[in-house]
Amino acid sequence: MAVAGDKDVGVPQAGTSPAPPSPVAGRLSRVGRLPGPGAGSRRSRPRLRRRLELVVLLAPALALFVGFVLLPIVLAAWDGMHRWTGFGSLGPFAGLYNYRLVLSDPVFRESFVHNLIIVVASILIQLPLGLGVALLLNRRIRGRAFLRTLAFAPFVLPYATTAVMWLLLLQPGGFVDQSLKAVGLGGLVQLWLANLHLVLYTMIAVLTWQFFGFAMILMLAGLQGIPGELREAAALDGASGWQATRRITLPLLGPTIRIWLFLSVVGSLQVFDQVWIMTGGGPANASSTMVTYLVQHGFQSYEFGYGSAVAVIIFLICFIFALLYQRFVLRRDTRGALTRAVG
Amino acid sequence: MRSLRKPAAVTIAAAAALALAACGSSGGSTPSSSNGKVTLTWWTNATAGQLKTVWQQAAVAFHTAHPNVTIQVEPLQNEAFTTKVPPALASSNPPDIYQQWGGGQEATQIPSGKVADLSKLSSGWIGQVGSAAQAWQVNGKQYGVPYDLHTVGFWYRKDLFAKAGITTPPATLAALESDDAKLKAAHIVPIAVGSKDKWPDAFWWEYFALRECPTATLKAAMKSVNLSASCFMQAGDQLKTFMATKPFQGGFLGTPSQVGAGSSAGMVANGKAAMELQGDWDPGVMAPLTSDKKLNSTLGWFPFPAISGGAGSPTTTLGGGDGFSCTTPAAEPACAQFLQYIDSTPVQKKVVAANVGLPANPAAASALSLPALKQVLAYNHAAPYVQTYFDIAFPTSVGQALDAAIATYFAGQGSPQSIITAVNQAKSQ
Repeated sequence: MAVAGDKDVGVPQAGTSPAPPSPVAGRLSRVGRLPGPGAGSRRSRPRLRRRLELVVLLAPALALFVGFVLLPIVLAAWDGMHRWTGFGSLGPFAGLYNYRLVLSDPVFRESFVHNLIIVVASILIQLPLGLGVALLLNRRIRGRAFLRTLAFAPFVLPYATTAVMWLLLLQPGGFVDQSLKAVGLGGLVQLWLANLHLVLYTMIAVLTWQFFGFAMILMLAGLQGIPGELREAAALDGASGWQATRRITLPLLGPTIRIWLFLSVVGSLQVFDQVWIMTGGGPANASSTMVTYLVQHGFQSYEFGYGSAVAVIIFLICFIFALLYQRFVLRRDTRGALTRAVG
Repeated sequence: MRSLRKPAAVTIAAAAALALAACGSSGGSTPSSSNGKVTLTWWTNATAGQLKTVWQQAAVAFHTAHPNVTIQVEPLQNEAFTTKVPPALASSNPPDIYQQWGGGQEATQIPSGKVADLSKLSSGWIGQVGSAAQAWQVNGKQYGVPYDLHTVGFWYRKDLFAKAGITTPPATLAALESDDAKLKAAHIVPIAVGSKDKWPDAFWWEYFALRECPTATLKAAMKSVNLSASCFMQAGDQLKTFMATKPFQGGFLGTPSQVGAGSSAGMVANGKAAMELQGDWDPGVMAPLTSDKKLNSTLGWFPFPAISGGAGSPTTTLGGGDGFSCTTPAAEPACAQFLQYIDSTPVQKKVVAANVGLPANPAAASALSLPALKQVLAYNHAAPYVQTYFDIAFPTSVGQALDAAIATYFAGQGSPQSIITAVNQAKSQ
């Protein structure tokens, strides 16, 4: 920003020099943004202008954020305190009745546990898988770009497409069953979507198929940011490939892994599309998640007050997790960007 | 991994829907009758196929006959009505005419104050619909008018029955069970059921209840939203005994009812199962799921069999229908006149030809193409009592809870009592 101003003052080396930025250059560039030489107004006018800038630039985004994020959350919390069918005015005020009802419903608790299982399974399966494939595909191997695309492709598919595709593949006597039989593993054939004890794990397999590519692409991006010299130096010092990976690559990949964990957990808490299309949360709630519960009990049952309470509870669960994670895990990675005023 | 803000997104979507419905120009405009001209917005669920054309023709023909009334057809996806009608009725300009399935769902909408009481405006002609019109009444007032009717019964393949040596369809539960055994012996899946969708399971439990409960008990249960009568427990027990004979296809809990060749309808259409308990619409659902051009002549129909010792009438039927409601600003004669026009014989014949259901006006029965459907209509008309599907007859939240509880029961969990408890709990919430 304010490039023109910098040029006016004429500090060509400030922008181009790779040397540590000198305080002079910094001050100059700041001064350089001044519109004119008038010495008396140097202090107040930029401050005023900056404030004006802030207002003008932030106001639209802030208005959208308040109007379309904060306000709906507050409204949902308020709706959740009423017995509201969605028709006419809000029903009788019920305080925290709906919230208590949600939390005491065994089906909601079951759904929450299912979400937790999905969270744990995602971390245990997708992380090693994504990381492993990323390490492999970070090497110079033939067809690398093709293999990367292949591994990433499922993530690009719309969730609904994925769900319908797997729904067809997993039909009794469908492609999966036939393939197992063809290679002599017919004994492993199961009622993938109808077995109460299996259906959740079938869903986890589908989710893994869709999302491990995302883990891989993030890890690959992280690996690109690790200078090759570090591994070279380690190799010169006699470190084996595994040692270099273990002691250099993985620690430097830390921020990427932590961000992926965050996205993965929040995503796992909100799984909906694939489950809804493939099983509807059934049979007998065996694959229900918090959001399928929300749609069933809010929209399908015309219980908008109750549904709002469910939505707010899901929001709080995700929000509290996000806050704790930011505070205790991501703090190191985001320090400077979020915890200190910039400029 | 999903976008970071799903709960917020849900809320936003709901809020946006409300906002859009509140200020959207696509909603019905308040009919302006200043110069005598009215424009009525009409939300239908016919987004494709013949019925869409029928409705468009009806709108045009009505306008020709009544130049002052213009009808604007706005087709919506069937499932969208659940989410779009509530905010629309809460807004200041709801659609003037909209899809209405009657029962408790209709009753849920009355407190909005927007649904028009058509009792007086329809009194001259509603009689032709017969007793089925009651399903669109709330507290004796006609808030909606059906344009077609539905009846649930067994659709079966005559060829597979013959292969198993069954000459006449079963008339009693015992006969059905022994026929199932014969079909299994011939390596044919006796009955397909689409449990993934839950409501097909509910058909089963509800029919057992219809055979176990006297009509008066059923009517009282619908009115009080209470299933404490002992016959409802017996229905659950009977169902369990029947299911113990394993009449359904393997993995039925994951089977959808209407989507794809692997669905229950697809299984019957392709000869993978001998029968299913479904609505009169089933042949229309099956047709696109198979390449068998002779399907219609292969299909036969028989009503849910009698249960010996059951206190219910063996001819009571389970059914429902599709209809329309008017909103209050449009309650003036124009809307009622239009609904009367839709139920007139010429339009009804076209509705029937579109294969969407049985005609609400029996005079159009001659247009039914499939012989089996004439049998269904005759059975429906002869029925002493037509019980609306419980999930529609009850308030929506209770109906959904009932369907969920029955589906859970189908999965081998819960008990006959848990179905009844689910209804009582949903009612009290």
